[in-house]
Amino acid sequence: MKSLRAVWNSLFDSFRDLLPIIVVIGFFQFAVLQQPIPNFGEIAIGILFVVIGLTLFVQGLNMGLFPIGESMAYAFASKGNIFWLLCFAFALGFGTTIAEPALIAVAEEAALVAATGGMIVDDPQARESYAEGLRYTVAFSVGIAIMIGVFRIVMGWPIQYLIVIGYTGVVVMTAFAPKEIIGIAYDSGGVTTSTITVPLVTALGVGLASSIKGRNPMIDGFGLIAFASLTPMIFVMGYGMLI
Amino acid sequence: MTHIFVDLIYAIMDTVWDVLPIAAIIFSFQLFILRKPIPNLKKILTGFLLVLLGLGFFLEGLQAALFPLGKLMAYQLTNPDFIAPDNGQRALQWWDYHWVYLFAFAIGFATTIAEPSLLAVAIKANQVSAGAIGIWGLRIAVAIGVAIGIALGVYRIITGTPLYWYIITGYVFVLVQTMFAPRMIIALAYDSGGVTTSTVTVPLVAALGLGLAGTVPGRNPLLDGFGLIAFASLFPIMSVLAYAQLSEWRNRRNQRSSTQ
Repeated sequence: MKSLRAVWNSLFDSFRDLLPIIVVIGFFQFAVLQQPIPNFGEIAIGILFVVIGLTLFVQGLNMGLFPIGESMAYAFASKGNIFWLLCFAFALGFGTTIAEPALIAVAEEAALVAATGGMIVDDPQARESYAEGLRYTVAFSVGIAIMIGVFRIVMGWPIQYLIVIGYTGVVVMTAFAPKEIIGIAYDSGGVTTSTITVPLVTALGVGLASSIKGRNPMIDGFGLIAFASLTPMIFVMGYGMLI
Repeated sequence: MTHIFVDLIYAIMDTVWDVLPIAAIIFSFQLFILRKPIPNLKKILTGFLLVLLGLGFFLEGLQAALFPLGKLMAYQLTNPDFIAPDNGQRALQWWDYHWVYLFAFAIGFATTIAEPSLLAVAIKANQVSAGAIGIWGLRIAVAIGVAIGIALGVYRIITGTPLYWYIITGYVFVLVQTMFAPRMIIALAYDSGGVTTSTVTVPLVAALGLGLAGTVPGRNPLLDGFGLIAFASLFPIMSVLAYAQLSEWRNRRNQRSSTQ
């Protein structure tokens, strides 16, 4: 009985998270566009799916993703081998980004822009190889980002210094990069971090900062995602300049 | 109606495919480098399974219910027939798009509240700070940032001003705020920029950008349709830093008034 109530409560929480979207879309549909809702039944089932999905995700987060990220952080810290830790960080960043569906979509758009802008030959093959090169570039840059971020946690450097360097990199690259690529490069920073990567990487950072002596998990543990959304901008503009 | 359930199976299979490389990396490092059994393996595997099922349901539900309607809405709202139905002669000014700004702001806020990765980071930050950072406080601060960011990004597409002006100004702003912000919020604030733009926000916001760039005269969807995500990942940094400063300032004022 008690667990049933817990399930009900978490379903209700998920519904509350979703409520703003329902209100916004409903308001614009009825009050602004003044149109009825098409396929009402389908939409109701879809909303039910979203609520169930969010509830299961939060459960799984606390049971699976957070504990594994933290236990690996502790294991690496107690082993004391920084080389393998950095390798793991790179692999995690690279491996989770290369298959990211949002990135695949953005890379295809970018190839289209490059072909229209005359940067590459406008045929399917050239576009495909451009898109693939871009995906590897972004995945590589996220790997580097997580690696630098983990190294920062180990060393205890203040994050803002590295961010200033990153921002300077973005500004300098903007001055030299082809105009067509800038919008995509800026957007690629945001799309790389997926829903599974974020909890894992966050748990890894916080776990490392709490198991290394002299680090504060709040000050030092966060920040890995910040690097992962900064380096792709620099690398994508670099890619645009080279190709 | 049955096709929703078929699509659900596909969505779950897609998620499994996305998780495979991550699982491979984790388990191979665990087996070959750390060489330790994973504590509570059964529970962790159950957790992974729940995450897979959860994301499958979540994505299929969005696909079936909200994305088609939201995307159609983005195109309808940016359509010139809707923006100025009474005349085709007068050139449209930026304020003629007021419904688009409101939609951008509202949808930016709403999708951010529903974003699972932000929820994950907020839960973690709440645990780590021992409750000092509220889950809802952080989520609302980030959502306001995204809402302002996307509304401003829409204004940029409509006026056709260069993207990098806004981003570089934003960077300067963030750096100035960093100098005055409480130390413990800085890393979290920088993180909140990257986590906001994910499963829910990106498809709707991209539709809005492409719709606008396709209908505003003189804009090219390929060149001007991008950039909204960049706004949505920059402005939450500012709003979270501002939120931390505001709560610190309020605490200090309360302390002062209680000592007097």
